[in-house]
Amino acid sequence: MAVTGEEAIFGDSVITTKLDSAIAWARESSMWPYIFGTACCAIEFMSVASSKFDISRFGAEVVRFSPRQADLLIIAGTVSYKQAPILKRIYDQMTEPKWVVSAGACACSGGFYDNYTTLQGIDRIIPVDVYISGCPPRPEAFLEGLMQIQKLQAKPSKYLEKRSKRDFKGLLDA
Amino acid sequence: MLSMCDDKIDFDRKENNHYIVKLSDMKKAIKFLKESENYNFLLDITAVDYSKYKENHSKRFAIIYLLKNKDFDNLVILKAYLNEDEIIDSITDLYKSANWAEREVWDQYGLKFKNHPNLKRILNHKEFMGHPLRKDYPTTKGQLCTKTDDLMDEMVPKLKAKGYENHEDLMFLNLGPAHPASHGTIRNFVALEGETIISAVSEIGYLHRGFEKSCENHTYNQIIPYTDRLNYCSAILNNIAFAHTVEGMLGVELPERGQFIRVIIGELSRIIDHLVCLAANLVDMGALTNYWYLYNPRETAYTLLSKLTGARLTNSYMRIGGMTHDLYDGFEEDLKECIKDVEKGMDDSLSLIEHNRIFQDRSQNIGIVSGDDAINRGFSGPNLRASGVNYDVRKNNPYYFYDTFDFDVALGSVGDVYDRMMVRFEEIRQSIKIINQAMKKLPDGEINVSNHAISFPKKQNVYSNIEGLMNQFKLVMEGVKVPKGEYYRSIEAANGELGFYIISDGSGTPYKVKVRPPCFYAMSALGDMIEGEMIADAVLDLGSLNIIAGELDR
Ligand code: SF4
Repeated sequence: MAVTGEEAIFGDSVITTKLDSAIAWARESSMWPYIFGTACCAIEFMSVASSKFDISRFGAEVVRFSPRQADLLIIAGTVSYKQAPILKRIYDQMTEPKWVVSAGACACSGGFYDNYTTLQGIDRIIPVDVYISGCPPRPEAFLEGLMQIQKLQAKPSKYLEKRSKRDFKGLLDA
Repeated sequence: MLSMCDDKIDFDRKENNHYIVKLSDMKKAIKFLKESENYNFLLDITAVDYSKYKENHSKRFAIIYLLKNKDFDNLVILKAYLNEDEIIDSITDLYKSANWAEREVWDQYGLKFKNHPNLKRILNHKEFMGHPLRKDYPTTKGQLCTKTDDLMDEMVPKLKAKGYENHEDLMFLNLGPAHPASHGTIRNFVALEGETIISAVSEIGYLHRGFEKSCENHTYNQIIPYTDRLNYCSAILNNIAFAHTVEGMLGVELPERGQFIRVIIGELSRIIDHLVCLAANLVDMGALTNYWYLYNPRETAYTLLSKLTGARLTNSYMRIGGMTHDLYDGFEEDLKECIKDVEKGMDDSLSLIEHNRIFQDRSQNIGIVSGDDAINRGFSGPNLRASGVNYDVRKNNPYYFYDTFDFDVALGSVGDVYDRMMVRFEEIRQSIKIINQAMKKLPDGEINVSNHAISFPKKQNVYSNIEGLMNQFKLVMEGVKVPKGEYYRSIEAANGELGFYIISDGSGTPYKVKVRPPCFYAMSALGDMIEGEMIADAVLDLGSLNIIAGELDR
């Protein structure tokens, strides 16, 4: 295909694209995760962050412990009823567009803790974008989950707008 | 044996190795044991609800105290029967460790203590109704929590005792439960004057996952995966502790090869547990490079463990009466590789910190716990040894041929952050020494107890003949039948004395399981330890105690 427009004049030194895709590209290559690590799954996340699996290959190594500075919430571990209000508070403090990964059986469904203290899945409290299976998920699975989020982030801004208006009512939303 | 107390405490009535004492005499009995017989280490307090037990007991509940003597070689279990409305005398004035233990009994069983400083829930949340370990509490009945506790009911009396009547000049701050330095989900609530902590209280239970209740509707082998997730940094040691206890109840011992494999894999778990603890502690200190040096050898260990067990972290390698399978071909080379990596990581890290002024200034004389205090608070493992107390279950109460291995117990002299870290570094070296000796002596032969009622049949038998199939079916569906009894046994896990107190009614499912979690007692000391220190030191104190939330909150 013949090159036309600015690219024909300036050669390789410019790339034209849509604003939407440029922003999405920036967004998906520099995620700032907040690790809500409560249990064993969080130990596996330590492996994801360390040299062998190296989460920085995906531009997501700047782990933030302030929800106001993070756009990706990774819940790795069991969430009990006692913990639930805290999780909700943290989620509420994050600004849009925000993404949620539920990592491991416990976060997804309570795992094998079917009892009086364990919340049977964090999606009863906050909306979840990607679920990762495993008890704990292997580091590769964590990375796969991350890539799924990147795919969502690459969607056009209309999708984001709609998404931010989504209607979610969890157990703790009175 | 125990001598009789001055007046009428009847120590001779024994049931199952338990001394039965009248509830009203219990405190006197414990006091006597502590003061005259030097039983100054309170291991654990727990209770039982007998309402669904096959045999009738005259009273619904029993309260149980486990005590060890000064030389840590004798265990005494005291038990008193009581009904719901009877009140127990608190022993918090005798043992500081009793404070949280009694709160747990109240929380889980609803038994009340007289003269306890603040008898409130500890594992379950404030809005929780009922007491989950009572047999009539339905296992799956969850209760929503909407608010967190402000903890002022604990903070205000503490401040008052320090002479702070009004708190206008103080700043209150939550460290956790969602905080990078909280190592999981632990909350410390502190009152600050500048950067100095005036008073601190801790709240736990955020990772309470109902382990003990879940045990009551699973067979013994089904519980093994749950034990993985107690101290998930060294899952196999938890497997071993549990299987070891049940084997004790069954009165069986593993064949030699089985025992040796448990030693080897157990020590490897200890090593990788200490590695995470040290790596995280050094990150908290700002020494990030050490994290890579110390954490990366874990990857080699993970590779070995996933080859051996199929899982990296949650291995479930042990079974009642043995383990899933033998070592694989080439295990020895992989193990050597793994140990080489650990040694290298340790050398690299130590060369950065050992003679480093910043490291020493940050860690020495911080968070000091004296030996006597550590015992009184129920510390065990590296935390206790860092305070100079020579207690290691492997030496004082040897199991699995530990008395035949040549290894030293690492002891600290001050009991500060530095000692706790250095003791762990040294223990890694000692564990390597044990592994090397065990590999040399590793005998051939069976790994599992040869008893159809306990060990699973070989897979080829299950698939090719009816006896094997039946055998497998019965063990899976009904579980290993454990003789009736009440039993405590422990091992030296990475964090200290990890014990299980199990009550069996003769079926394949335990009637009650109680973990003696080393973290729980270490954590209960933190509030007092950090008072007078800076916030930055508090973070190191917490890390150096190696609190693992899974084991702490169960
Ligand atoms: S999913 Fe498994 S590994 Fe993860 S927190 Fe739950 S029990 Fe632990």
